[in-house]
Amino acid sequence: MQVLDYVSAGSVEEVVGLLASNNGRARILCGGTDLLVQLRENRRRSGLLIDVKNIPELTSINYDDQSGLWLGAAASCHAICHNRFVLEKYPGLVDAIRLIGGVQIQYRASMGGNLCNASPAADSIPALIVHEAGCIIMGSNGTREIPVQQFCVAPGKNVLQNGEFLLAIKVPAVKENFGAHYLRFIPRNEMDIAVVGAGASVTLDKAKQKILSARIALAAVAPTPLFVEEAGTFLVGKEMTEENILEAARIAQATARPISDLRGTEQYRKHLCAVLTRRALEKAVERARAS
Amino acid sequence: MNKKVRVQATINGEEVEFLCEPRQSLLEVLRETLGLTGAKEGCNNGNCGACNVILNGALVNSCLVLAVEINGRNVTTIEGIATPQGLHPLQEKFIAHAALQCGFCTPGFILASKALLDQNPSPSENEVRQWLAGNLCRCTGYDRIVRAVLDAAQVQEKPL
Repeated sequence: MQVLDYVSAGSVEEVVGLLASNNGRARILCGGTDLLVQLRENRRRSGLLIDVKNIPELTSINYDDQSGLWLGAAASCHAICHNRFVLEKYPGLVDAIRLIGGVQIQYRASMGGNLCNASPAADSIPALIVHEAGCIIMGSNGTREIPVQQFCVAPGKNVLQNGEFLLAIKVPAVKENFGAHYLRFIPRNEMDIAVVGAGASVTLDKAKQKILSARIALAAVAPTPLFVEEAGTFLVGKEMTEENILEAARIAQATARPISDLRGTEQYRKHLCAVLTRRALEKAVERARAS
Repeated sequence: MNKKVRVQATINGEEVEFLCEPRQSLLEVLRETLGLTGAKEGCNNGNCGACNVILNGALVNSCLVLAVEINGRNVTTIEGIATPQGLHPLQEKFIAHAALQCGFCTPGFILASKALLDQNPSPSENEVRQWLAGNLCRCTGYDRIVRAVLDAAQVQEKPL
């Protein structure tokens, strides 16, 4: 493993300066649960690791009814899943975050790291997409914000430019009659990578019958986490009937373009897309009705 | 010669100071520099839990923590579990239930179980199984381990 130096940064400004002065040699270290393994296996290189876990803005978790949820990029999965606002307002996010590794990983791994690692199978990303999350990116010219579905560009690659890093993930405040859910299929009970994952969210009208908006996103069926906008658009204005849910699931299935690998064949993954999308939608509606 | 960094930390209640390279994991430094060989190197990539230690109250895989990251922090390893008065209840119950065969995973399981009981003194069987999902044992089939942890929880709840 090639790491020549390590620094624990004390402020956002310090990180910006270190990234600029090291010109592409430096990498951000959060929990290290992906990065240290990749460095050890020479899949990534770094001359300098910048530990951002000691910067308050990067580990803070804040919520208010106006601006919604702020998740510092280095906040651990454990901290997020034990935050009372997250537990109360965002059960659909908790579904996904809880799936990331065992307890030992949960204490270290961050949601920001899960996003930056840009795995097509990352569990948290479809859940963030259906919550309309945004990425706050910091660079030498200040911050910019992009929708989370634009963050990953290829397996292991994200939109961050030289000198930029992920500061936080922002999730809008939850609307009335909103519900979301994420689930995945793995061949055992725990500790595995998704064969397929599916996230869904719905906002219902006052009578909780008609769909005002819906979002569906899939994991492990494309080079990046896949936002299936068409499936959500199809549901707008419709009743939540079994027929409509099945049609949305069929659209998601048709949009997916999975590969065959050791976790599953293309055909099997296609099949799972429909099953999981249907289940994710049903649970999202159940939560919206109970809200 | 790579640059070395000075690190000060508290390990098993004792102040320690050591030099390490930034690339070295906590596991490597515990075993190679500090002579604490209780934490085991199984997979060295965060899958097996054999290297578990408690870092400032949090259960972690020491193979996925850089030694430089523990500067100013508090680490408990398997060597810090027993007291001069005797073994920890978890250690006693692992022996009583024969919850080990080769023993390689045991330090990790004890640390993981301690971290659980520290925050949840009377877990259900399901909670124990969920919590220990990040620790692999290739000998016992887990059942004896789960029973040992549940039994230790009962002993801890009713101190002598």
